Amino acid sequence: MAVTAGARRHPSEASKKSQETLLRIKGITKYFDESLAVDDVNLDIRRGEIFALLGASGSGKSSLLRIIAGFEAPTSGHILLDGEDITAQPPYQRQINMMFQSYALFPHMTVEQNLAFGLKQDKLARDVILDRVQRMLKLVHMEKYARRRPHQLSGGQRQRVALARSLAKQPKLLLLDEPMGALDKKLRTEMQLEVVDILENVGVTCVMVTHDQEEAMTMADRIAIMDEGFIQQVGSPVDIYESPTSRMVAEFIGSVNIFEGTIIDDEEDHMTLRSPDLERDIYIGHGVSSSVDNRQMLFALRPEKTWMTTEKPDGDYNWSSGTVRDIAYLGGHTVYYVKLPNGKVVQCFLANTERRAERPTWDDEVYVHWMNDSGVVLRT
Amino acid sequence: MSEAPKVKRKLDLSRLPGGRRWVIGAPYLWLAVFFLLPFVIVAKISLATSALAIPPYSAMFEWAEETLNIRVTLSNYFWLLGDDLYIKAYWNSIKIAFNSTVFALIIGYPMAYAIAKAPSHLQTTWLLLVLLPSWTSFLIRVYAWMGLLSNNGLINQALMGIGLTSEPIQMLNTNFAVYIGIVYSYLPFMVLPLYANLVKHDDSLLEAASDLGARKWTSFFRITLPLSKNGIIAGSMLVFIPVVGEYVIPELLGGAETVMIGKVLWQEFFNNRDWPVASALAVLMIALLIVPIMLFHRYQNKETGV
Amino acid sequence: MNRSRFSLSRLCFWLGIGFLYAPMVVLIVYSFNSSRLVTVWAGWSTKWYGELFRDEQIMNAVGRSLQVAFYSASTAVVLGMLASIVIVRFRRFRGRTLFSGMITAPLVMPDVIIGLSMLLLFVAMAQSIGWPPQRGLLTVWIAHTTFCVAYSTVVISSRLREMDQSLEEAALDLGATPVRAFFLVTLPIIAPSILSAWLLSFTLSLDDVVIASFVTGPGATTLPIEVFSSVKLGVTPKINALATIIIGVVSLVAFGSWYVSRRIDERNRAAARMAAEA
Repeated sequence: MAVTAGARRHPSEASKKSQETLLRIKGITKYFDESLAVDDVNLDIRRGEIFALLGASGSGKSSLLRIIAGFEAPTSGHILLDGEDITAQPPYQRQINMMFQSYALFPHMTVEQNLAFGLKQDKLARDVILDRVQRMLKLVHMEKYARRRPHQLSGGQRQRVALARSLAKQPKLLLLDEPMGALDKKLRTEMQLEVVDILENVGVTCVMVTHDQEEAMTMADRIAIMDEGFIQQVGSPVDIYESPTSRMVAEFIGSVNIFEGTIIDDEEDHMTLRSPDLERDIYIGHGVSSSVDNRQMLFALRPEKTWMTTEKPDGDYNWSSGTVRDIAYLGGHTVYYVKLPNGKVVQCFLANTERRAERPTWDDEVYVHWMNDSGVVLRT
Repeated sequence: MSEAPKVKRKLDLSRLPGGRRWVIGAPYLWLAVFFLLPFVIVAKISLATSALAIPPYSAMFEWAEETLNIRVTLSNYFWLLGDDLYIKAYWNSIKIAFNSTVFALIIGYPMAYAIAKAPSHLQTTWLLLVLLPSWTSFLIRVYAWMGLLSNNGLINQALMGIGLTSEPIQMLNTNFAVYIGIVYSYLPFMVLPLYANLVKHDDSLLEAASDLGARKWTSFFRITLPLSKNGIIAGSMLVFIPVVGEYVIPELLGGAETVMIGKVLWQEFFNNRDWPVASALAVLMIALLIVPIMLFHRYQNKETGV
Repeated sequence: MNRSRFSLSRLCFWLGIGFLYAPMVVLIVYSFNSSRLVTVWAGWSTKWYGELFRDEQIMNAVGRSLQVAFYSASTAVVLGMLASIVIVRFRRFRGRTLFSGMITAPLVMPDVIIGLSMLLLFVAMAQSIGWPPQRGLLTVWIAHTTFCVAYSTVVISSRLREMDQSLEEAALDLGATPVRAFFLVTLPIIAPSILSAWLLSFTLSLDDVVIASFVTGPGATTLPIEVFSSVKLGVTPKINALATIIIGVVSLVAFGSWYVSRRIDERNRAAARMAAEA
């Protein structure tokens, strides 16, 4: 199931990446005064991967990143980089560099001086520094702007410089704090792919923090969903989207229709759920080996896997009738809000593959239906 | 990979308290010794009696014949509170300070408002125009009014020239001149915090008010004025507190009727060489000003976080 | 509908400016009056400037005042910078309330109180530890530094508060120790505010008459004390000439720095526009 994210130009490369752990986060907990920001987080980051911490603001993702960088001391727990416990090390001794959300380019220094800053702190020889700065400028295509000051650069250029500066010291681990946060939407998509290219090119291990799920899914090999200081799920973008393990994750990523249901039948190769919202039972092509005392389950179904027709579907399972309540035309696809007989409203996406095709309209009688393996069963 | 964490304890200067302690310590110590400690000494000397000695006050602690004598007297305070002159001086100072604060506010508020509403490229220049006089000598600005207000000064010449009066009007050495001098000297201190506050106001609040049907004066009194409360308090305290203890202006522009506490303290100290009474005057002045100072401190905190 | 309120406040503004500047203009004009009587115009002359420069007492006082102002301002910005770091960056430590109180109180404390209390301190210190040995420029320097620290702290801390703290974190992240991060990143960025704090302290020290009168000693008369004693006797054209020079120098420095900062601002904006178009 080694499916990788969209930005990968060479999917085969990802499988070559080692499974060796570079950064181990062991039981990290952080309290600010009385409030719990990070709650017993355990994570292994593999060498060479791009790892995203995804969560809403206040989910503790930034605190965790600042603990890895060394700006905050954890209340308890350990950080191990390449097997070495670095929990007590100050930021300036860690072989970890960070690209800040505001980029934090030194305004009184030129691009070159910014890139050389970290190398000078290591007291490297002059020609080594010059050489490395030139290579970094080339890496991010900023050779022409070496003598400019940060305020003389556009947003995208600043980001390139910030990235180059954090890579100049060849850190073992790169941290990105909301890497696209300061860019407008159009530039964002462009830079996401470019940044991934550069990171692949250098081969650095990277942990990024973002609240933008599209960004995380585009850039990262693996994603951890954080909520209230706690890691809800870790997995590849496909795992997270297609196989969420909790209602929180299913609802956080993308849109989802969720039905509550009771298990009627649970065998090894199939199961059925009965939901008060749906006219017909839900049939799923696998069992969940449920216990006897908890028969209540959730069924999560993505809108693009929820199909809509005007004809009554065949079969006894996996459909319900309804009426169209609302239509949102979004260009690439259209969202239909269909009201089921007992009042629940579900979303269906219909891809607009034809221009101005005949489509159901407001108050039309329609049927929503789906396939045996379209949805996911979640425990309540 | 071994699981045992190898904790390396390196010497880490930033986490030693030494650096931090030094950064806090230097300014703290300076202010404690040269700003705080003096008040303790003033309080101590205010409890002594005047003496023909160097320095001219009695010692508080005396060690003689195996006895520690502690001499504390409240006579200076009884003396001050028993004499009309001092009570009047305090009352006068507060009255003059209060009135001139109100005048400065009335003149300064529209000025600050005009700067804050000016096009942004003009704001710094206009503010500079207001502040520039306060960077030239304070003494010289007071001195300028001596020339203007005197009996044969420019203002009297002009008044007689246009025939409004045949005799010069006595303006110098009156309370009027003191008010002019105070408002003139302290106006920039009123405008600056008001401007700093007004410029932060969101224009869309006024637009929302007018959208909801408020007329311009209504929205000024209901929105702008209440929102600038912190600026008004900061500016007023910045004028009121130092003016209560003002010495130079009443000395140069005021007359016999202008008895202000700063002037009285100066005379007690320099002319009568009565250090204990001067100290007691200072203590009473601080007692009077402690509430306004704390008010100023609180609003200064709110505005700037100092 | 907005227009009328606009012009009303603008009218007040220009009237206020007139009120602030008219006396200074009169002062300057009469410094070129050839008559000894300040109030009677008797033709243009620069003879009072000549007399001013020949007045050794005043010239010596000018030298002393500049010296004291220079040292006071320099000490005050160093202490003010440390105090700003304490206030902005160290969120919690014991005695924070007292510390911030000692920063704001000198801003409003009447001069006579500061002067009297400092003098009594110096007397008490000389009595008990024998230092300072005598009152003079040293004690004036200490007194001026003390109240200038408060002003410096207000100026520097407001700039430090605006500064993006992630700049310092970036320096640490790139391997600079906290001390190096301060000198390589923080200090250059807050440098303009340190300069304005220095200039403000310098003018405040140069301007003070009351505190200096209390704490100074024989042979250490500063310029304001000299001016004050001559002004008490009445208006003299020599002081007008001195006032004109002071006003001229202050205006020159103020407008000079205003012009420079405006030019830098314009150039940066133009460059940023270029970058956006490129």
